[in-house]
Amino acid sequence: MRRERLSVVANEQIGTYTLLRVRRGGIEPGLPGQFFMLEAPGRLLPRPMSLCLALVGELAFLIDPIGPGTQALCALEAGEQLHVLGPLGNGFDLDVERPLLVGGGIGIAPLPYLWERLGSPPAVLGFRSERHAEAAALVPNAQVCVEPTLVTELIPAGFDVLACGPEPMLEAVRAVAPAAQLAWEAPMACGYGACYGCAVEIDGVLMRLCVEGPVLHAA
Amino acid sequence: MLLNASGCLDALVAPDVARGLDAFVTKTVTPLPRDGNAPVRIAETDVGMLNSIGLANPGIDRFLTRMLPRLEQLGAPLWVSVGGFETDDYADLCSRLDDYASVSAIELNVSCPNVETPAESTAQIVAAARLATRKPLWAKLSPAVPDIGEVAKAAQAAGADGLSLVNTIRGLKLDPRTLRPALGPGHGGLSGPALKPVALDAVATCYRATGMPIVGMGGIRTGLDALEFIAAGARHVAIGTTLFADPDAPARIRIELHAAARERGWTTYEDAYAEAHREALSVRTT
Repeated sequence: MRRERLSVVANEQIGTYTLLRVRRGGIEPGLPGQFFMLEAPGRLLPRPMSLCLALVGELAFLIDPIGPGTQALCALEAGEQLHVLGPLGNGFDLDVERPLLVGGGIGIAPLPYLWERLGSPPAVLGFRSERHAEAAALVPNAQVCVEPTLVTELIPAGFDVLACGPEPMLEAVRAVAPAAQLAWEAPMACGYGACYGCAVEIDGVLMRLCVEGPVLHAA
Repeated sequence: MLLNASGCLDALVAPDVARGLDAFVTKTVTPLPRDGNAPVRIAETDVGMLNSIGLANPGIDRFLTRMLPRLEQLGAPLWVSVGGFETDDYADLCSRLDDYASVSAIELNVSCPNVETPAESTAQIVAAARLATRKPLWAKLSPAVPDIGEVAKAAQAAGADGLSLVNTIRGLKLDPRTLRPALGPGHGGLSGPALKPVALDAVATCYRATGMPIVGMGGIRTGLDALEFIAAGARHVAIGTTLFADPDAPARIRIELHAAARERGWTTYEDAYAEAHREALSVRTT
């Protein structure tokens, strides 16, 4: 892991989300599903964000401005700087035969980079509203649904599922695709195993998501 | 010396960060393994953070057989933090650690806000631990008491070699949308900048009361913060929450600390030691 102060290239509005683009500096993009700790201006703790796009010379993160930290990140302007630490954690296993990407809401964040690395596989994405669904443009040719239709209703059989989304969605995905790779989410203070704050209970076992995840095999 | 606050760094996952410290303090080890508390375990507050980890650790048996040999490879002096639920737990843990030459010191965590507090007094625990080990014993105290100076004096009389000041204090955060506790277990331990004035006062009070060596901690983010703790009476300083945001903090804080001391006319930061209480001390010792 490496920590550097990077410059903001742009903050782009995509539906209700913001795509924060920063200069890459000496930081590697890592594997899809790995994440970075982004300094949130004015806040004590950085925020974990998976890489959305590895643009030339840039790193881009899709952010949902739901709290003071994410709102501060979305308010950054071109030329401002922030510390970025990463890449961290375990990403998706790319050695799959018939990949299908499944995303829900802001959980689509790591899928554009994953889509690119896997050679444009099929994808199904679910959103709360049409406005949220504008972010589906980041995953070309994805099949998109809006509530009350749930993304799990769109998962065909016979695919290697790679999914990211809210916990209820991941639970539903693994019910229909027991071998799926799932990217989980939890509040994190550090992102590198120091705080023990991101422990989640999966099948009765507590795991530090930053070290053992965030991508875990469902089975 | 610059240390980490117990529970704020896993040297096996981030050895390079641990090597940047003068000694590594382990996460608190208890007699039996503990999974820790139910998620959600952390929440940021306006000027600090709350945690409710709940002493997640592998227990002393696995610590000694699986973790300690790997920690010894670090090459940094090791302080082992121990915690229990009755006096005998502390005595047993200290006794088990006493044979290991790689353990430089033992920190007695008698003040975790996230588990049931031992019924016995700090003095009883320190006295029992003292009988069980020859290692230097540092008592980690909570500032959430009516007079921390009295607790410090009792720990000193019971045989503690030093004090670690301070542990987190209990706090509560409510989710603004649901008005329910943000942390799974409800309350948590408050750390970060919000704790700094409380910690500084605890250091100054205990230094004045005992003159003991103190590891000062609580909201140290910069070298100047560290220098303030030293001026208040801390011999050593430890960083906790800051490590979460900045794993490069040890090297940065060292540089800033030396610069802050020089800017104030001291050749080294040690010269600032107990600056604020030199007069009070001379009165006490005469």
